[in-house]
Amino acid sequence: MSAPDLITTIGMEVHLHLATRTKMFCPCEVRYDAPPNSCVCPVCLGMPGVLPVMNGRAVELAVRMAIGLGCTIPAFAKWDRKHYYYPDLPKNYQISEYDEPLGLGGHLDVELDGETFRVGITRVHLEEDAGKLMHAEDGSNVSVVDLNRTGTPLLEVVSEPDIQSAAQARAYGEALRQLAVYLGVGHCNMQLGQMRFEPNISLKIGDGPDGSGGQPRYTPITEIKNLNSFRSVERACAFEIARHRDEFAADPAGYTLENQGKSTRGWNDDRGVSFLMRSKEEAHDYRYFPEPDLVPFVPAPEWVDKIRADMPETPSQKRYKLVTTYRLSPYEVDVLVSDPDLSDFSEEVLRNAQDSSTAAGLIMTEGLRFVNERDKPISKLFKPGDVAAVSDMIFSGEISRSVAPHVFVQLVETGKSAADIVRDENLAQTSDEGELERVVDEVIRENPGPAQDFAEGKDKAVGRLIGMAKQKTGGKANPNVVREILIRKLRG
Amino acid sequence: MGLSKREVLHVAHLGRIHLADDEVEKFADQLSTIVDYVNQLSELDTEGVEPLAHALPIHNVLRPDEPRPGLSTDQALGGAPDAADGFFRVPRVIDDGSSA
Repeated sequence: MSAPDLITTIGMEVHLHLATRTKMFCPCEVRYDAPPNSCVCPVCLGMPGVLPVMNGRAVELAVRMAIGLGCTIPAFAKWDRKHYYYPDLPKNYQISEYDEPLGLGGHLDVELDGETFRVGITRVHLEEDAGKLMHAEDGSNVSVVDLNRTGTPLLEVVSEPDIQSAAQARAYGEALRQLAVYLGVGHCNMQLGQMRFEPNISLKIGDGPDGSGGQPRYTPITEIKNLNSFRSVERACAFEIARHRDEFAADPAGYTLENQGKSTRGWNDDRGVSFLMRSKEEAHDYRYFPEPDLVPFVPAPEWVDKIRADMPETPSQKRYKLVTTYRLSPYEVDVLVSDPDLSDFSEEVLRNAQDSSTAAGLIMTEGLRFVNERDKPISKLFKPGDVAAVSDMIFSGEISRSVAPHVFVQLVETGKSAADIVRDENLAQTSDEGELERVVDEVIRENPGPAQDFAEGKDKAVGRLIGMAKQKTGGKANPNVVREILIRKLRG
Repeated sequence: MGLSKREVLHVAHLGRIHLADDEVEKFADQLSTIVDYVNQLSELDTEGVEPLAHALPIHNVLRPDEPRPGLSTDQALGGAPDAADGFFRVPRVIDDGSSA
């Protein structure tokens, strides 16, 4: 009997900070650059006798995300206390939604390498973040606590175990981030810890070649805590999948979910390995009970309808529009929809440009270079009309593609229009046959070898000759005209 | 219903309370009495009764998303047993990932 197939199943828990100005249950400002313990009040410090009050904006953003994920919005949601003792949690309980969350049963369609896979969404709920705990660097036996983050509105999205590879896990995380950013739900800045991932990994043990037959069996579930980059999500999942395979190969009868249950692991990104965390049975004894300090949330149907009606465009809607209207390739669309500012800008350029492919190419090479260099959104660097104008001038042959980098520099530096830059700097391509004939004669005289090669039928040599002609004209020689003149003179 | 010694120790650990041996026995008795008393509620027939999420018949008490000043750092740290450089200081903890 051959070894059974092992099918990867990954469910993901994702936490993200909502884009609110204040905390979930108190009016303290949410800030990432403030001195420690300067954005705190009696509520988020867990003082006795205080009363939390829901942040209406946080609830609205959470419902918006739930709708964006195709969830149903139950008519009733309530808050619960989840208890555990830890120094970053001053109340000794976290306010969360345990059994009646505000969003249930949706899905997210994710693109990967030109194919779409669907991930079911189990639930979406709101909770509050904990504070930050750091180990003192003075070698003392002390940890230090900053409670600025305590009480930050935190949205948790729990997926079904529909993810089937490490690459899919990463793509799912990226798609979720994209959706949250498009919907204005969260900024999802990974460096600031505004988005964190916890994949739950298990391999389904197939009985037959297709994994079918009998009761499904699984390898023990491992949950990897607190991953904060897409790269670490992919690496940690790949590592765990391989580790499960090895463990199962060594002990096919024993290494099962039935025998070993679930465990929690950390990820060491420097060493590229996961490690078992201290797993105490009672760690999961959270003693949930309804939060007596907060009243339930009962969304009015009209309120939900209004959020639904005011929904910003989602990445998949934008993607569909770019593919169907402008016939861009999956790769081009992936790049252009990666960020809402870029996708709005691109759509505006494409609407005004004669040739979509030329325009998309310009945005992706010239435009994004500046976005990366200057760390600014593209709409703050260029006007869509200028990019469309450059695209049209290239498409019509008025300017050479090779002067585009220079024009883009000038657009950023001078603030002049594309048309003015081309005119003022005399960048238009020369198609003047008389002038180009003279240039070509010079090129042939100075490059007898390649000229001879081309005359004898070696087509490759023409590139060198055209290059020389462009050099002599400061990039302005129209290559097509030069080619024609060369053919006439050397092969005529 | 008597609580076992193991259950008392478990509950004490969850609350990070250290109990001496004689206290475990003492609290096992006391906790059993409390649990028995509250358990009388389970004699009621609650078939078909929705669980009550809140004692008051109100909902949707929301606050506008507008920042208001809270405590100063000195005030926030004022009641802490140990603090320095704007931070609370606590006995060193190993991150076992039990936080949110």
